[in-house]
Amino acid sequence: MFLRIGFTSGRGFFAATLIAGFLAAMALPGVKTAEAKPFKWAFQGDVQTVDPHGLFETFTLGFQLNFYEGLVSRSADLELQPGLATSWENVEPTVWRFTLRQGVTFHNGSTFNADDVIFSVQRINTEGSDMKVIAGLIKDAVKVDDYTVDLVTEQPDPILPLQLEIFMIMDKEWSEEHGTTQATNVKGDDQGNYANLHANGTGPFMVVERQPDVRTVLKANPNWWGETKSNVTEATFTPISQDATRVAALISGDVDMAYPVPVQDWKRLEGAAGVSPLTGPEARTIFLGFDQARDELLYSNVKGKNPFKDQRVRQAFYQAIDIEAIKSKIMRGASTPSNLMIAPQINGFNPALNKRLPYDVDTAKGLLSEAGYPEGFEVTMDCPNDRYVNDERICQAVASMLARIGVKVDLLAQTKSKYFGKVLAQNDYDTSFFLLGWTPSTFDAHNAISSLMSCRVDGKGAFNLGGYCNERVTELADLIQVETDPEKRQALIDEANKIHSEEVGHIPLHQQPLSWGVSDGVTVAQRPDNMFHLRHVTVK
Amino acid sequence: MIAFVVRRLLQSIGVMLAVGLIAFSLFNYVGDPINNMVGQDTTLEQRQELRERLGLDDPFFVQYGRFLVNAVQGDFGISYRHRRPVADLITERVPATLELSFIAAVLALFIGVPMGVYTGLHRRGALSQVFLSVSLVGVSLPTFLIGILLILVFGVMSQDINAAVGFYLVPQLPTFGRGDTVQLGWWSTGFLTKSGLLALILPSITLALFQMTLIMRLVRSEMLEVLRTDYIKFARARGLTNRAVNFGHALKNTLVPVITITGLQLGSIIAFSLITEQVFQWPGMGLLFIQAINEVDIPVMASYLMMIGFFFVFINLVVDLLYYVVDPRLRADKAVSGGHQ
Repeated sequence: MFLRIGFTSGRGFFAATLIAGFLAAMALPGVKTAEAKPFKWAFQGDVQTVDPHGLFETFTLGFQLNFYEGLVSRSADLELQPGLATSWENVEPTVWRFTLRQGVTFHNGSTFNADDVIFSVQRINTEGSDMKVIAGLIKDAVKVDDYTVDLVTEQPDPILPLQLEIFMIMDKEWSEEHGTTQATNVKGDDQGNYANLHANGTGPFMVVERQPDVRTVLKANPNWWGETKSNVTEATFTPISQDATRVAALISGDVDMAYPVPVQDWKRLEGAAGVSPLTGPEARTIFLGFDQARDELLYSNVKGKNPFKDQRVRQAFYQAIDIEAIKSKIMRGASTPSNLMIAPQINGFNPALNKRLPYDVDTAKGLLSEAGYPEGFEVTMDCPNDRYVNDERICQAVASMLARIGVKVDLLAQTKSKYFGKVLAQNDYDTSFFLLGWTPSTFDAHNAISSLMSCRVDGKGAFNLGGYCNERVTELADLIQVETDPEKRQALIDEANKIHSEEVGHIPLHQQPLSWGVSDGVTVAQRPDNMFHLRHVTVK
Repeated sequence: MIAFVVRRLLQSIGVMLAVGLIAFSLFNYVGDPINNMVGQDTTLEQRQELRERLGLDDPFFVQYGRFLVNAVQGDFGISYRHRRPVADLITERVPATLELSFIAAVLALFIGVPMGVYTGLHRRGALSQVFLSVSLVGVSLPTFLIGILLILVFGVMSQDINAAVGFYLVPQLPTFGRGDTVQLGWWSTGFLTKSGLLALILPSITLALFQMTLIMRLVRSEMLEVLRTDYIKFARARGLTNRAVNFGHALKNTLVPVITITGLQLGSIIAFSLITEQVFQWPGMGLLFIQAINEVDIPVMASYLMMIGFFFVFINLVVDLLYYVVDPRLRADKAVSGGHQ
């Protein structure tokens, strides 16, 4: 009996539904059939919460965007599109006016209007909210009429709408009814806990079942305002944490789509029947950084001075790295080498500035001798081993490449919790040489210039772990933030990037590849920020 | 007897306190939970504020004390990752782990003991040699690898194998998750659905294999020992049937160490099901714990470790009590010595 049952699971069952659907279509000529298309997908972890204001993290936000929506949205190639707002304009330098979409209802049937927007702005300001970055941009939200809202900013903010896709709107009445007017809080009473497990958005899908860490079932929202090509009527999400198990589930047909797939497994997926890898460039830039702030490195045999304060040493490191070897040997040819700290998909990227310094061991050696280290020196490198695509292997490759110019790298690769606990601000940037990755959450260059490249002053440079500091770059960050003229703004961005490149503030390596696995017959859209949206899925 | 049980329960509190103390002193080395709880653009001030709200800057014994004070009031804290009370999370996960462990233990006992008896009785039999070689695999291969191999054969390759041989040789079995479950009060069971039962097959075999081989080898060596004793020879001399000798006398006398080991192993099955749970994405306590480690979810880790500490003490207690049932000499000793254990 058991043996028979095996047949009906997975692909067999799938084929059976297909045939059944086909027969149904044959039997009723002329009738347009809305076939039930189930779809199953897996990711390495579960969403931590369905509260849209609970955690600012790509996967969680991307998942929530299936059932919640922001005022603006983005297409599969990240182009800005109308969302719950149909249009927006900068009526005054500090006021953005949003015209809201009419006739939109939440999943529970209540109407969407300006009050919900005002309420959501208030909610992201509550204690447990992790959307305070967005909240910090908005000084005030003013209702003009039922379908017009003004968002007032402290200072002129030319890119405010760019950042609002992930600011999702909740229903005021529903939240009040269920006592979840505050964002889910890790510490404290149960405020917000209803929204932690229940969702009521306006999006194309609705949550019908949620078992944390087991499965989440979504159903298409028949009343969605938007147009979609997707024929998915029910979608089941399962977190599968083990890479091998996740890939096996995809190959055996238990899931239709799984991500991430280890780069090393691409060959296997290509060889297996019925599945293939889907890869593309991610908007995340991987780079190396140096401690340039301390007068003596914490982890080095050079005493009394800091070699990384010398630009020649930084440039020597840069030119000692064979980026093409990393690309072909470690990233299976799927990374995009970069000279900028931002990816091509990011607003402000200028291809003219994206030319890397050549890989040249002799020049690197010469620079190092000029700087007074003909024999090289020793330094410890901090590296995460479970955060970015092949992060530890990149670090190992860098270490062996630097060995060719006499620099002995002592590699400390750790799990992300330990790595970030060591190198970030709260532990006083406890690192001498590190690898980090960054995607600007705003999809705008300003975020990278401000967080990674500015001096550590006034809340800027929070992830400038090495303390690279050029006052002009820092000043440019402020100018870029308020410049509303696109051309002038681009010039300022270019200037900052140019200075940073010339001074080798960091060593950009590449944009890492996205790595998904998809069953044949299923089409999905791969967003460069690694978000996956059901509205782009079609199942054959 | 009652004094003995009470004393053991008091000891279990001591064990749990010690486990908790060690656990909290180690949490400093697991990493920083804050960065997993906030997005990359969260400011330093907000991070620090969250850290203070959670009391993560306090010395570990202060954090431990606070955890204990809340725990005795039934509050095990709120999971950093799930943002829900830990007590709820564990209650949800207990059934999955216990059902898996139960099936694994049953498999281990009901296959391991007969195999042990058989190999003990037929030392040179060909089948015995097969059992012994297979058991070597079970003992020496890590659980993780066994799980992956099973997934490979029954999940990935089954279709290809069946296509190659031309008939249905290898069933395709679920390789992750628990299948559909039925809610009985707070207990969710996978025993009542087809997909739930199918989903149990691979993980329970993976989890049982090591214990099965252990029990088999133990029973075998005990049997060999007992079969050499005088009373067995005497029993045979009396003309008792093989069956009565082998099972009535020999097997029964091997049971004391078998019960000890099985009992202790039951604790390990529950505690170490975490590897199996991780490989098969089995939504039990072990998976919860592994994920808690990855995300440095301190309330979950602390509660889980202390609960496992309690399990072990409790199972030991049950094992000790079972001795009384199995071994009449203990009862006799106790009568003579006036109740000292």
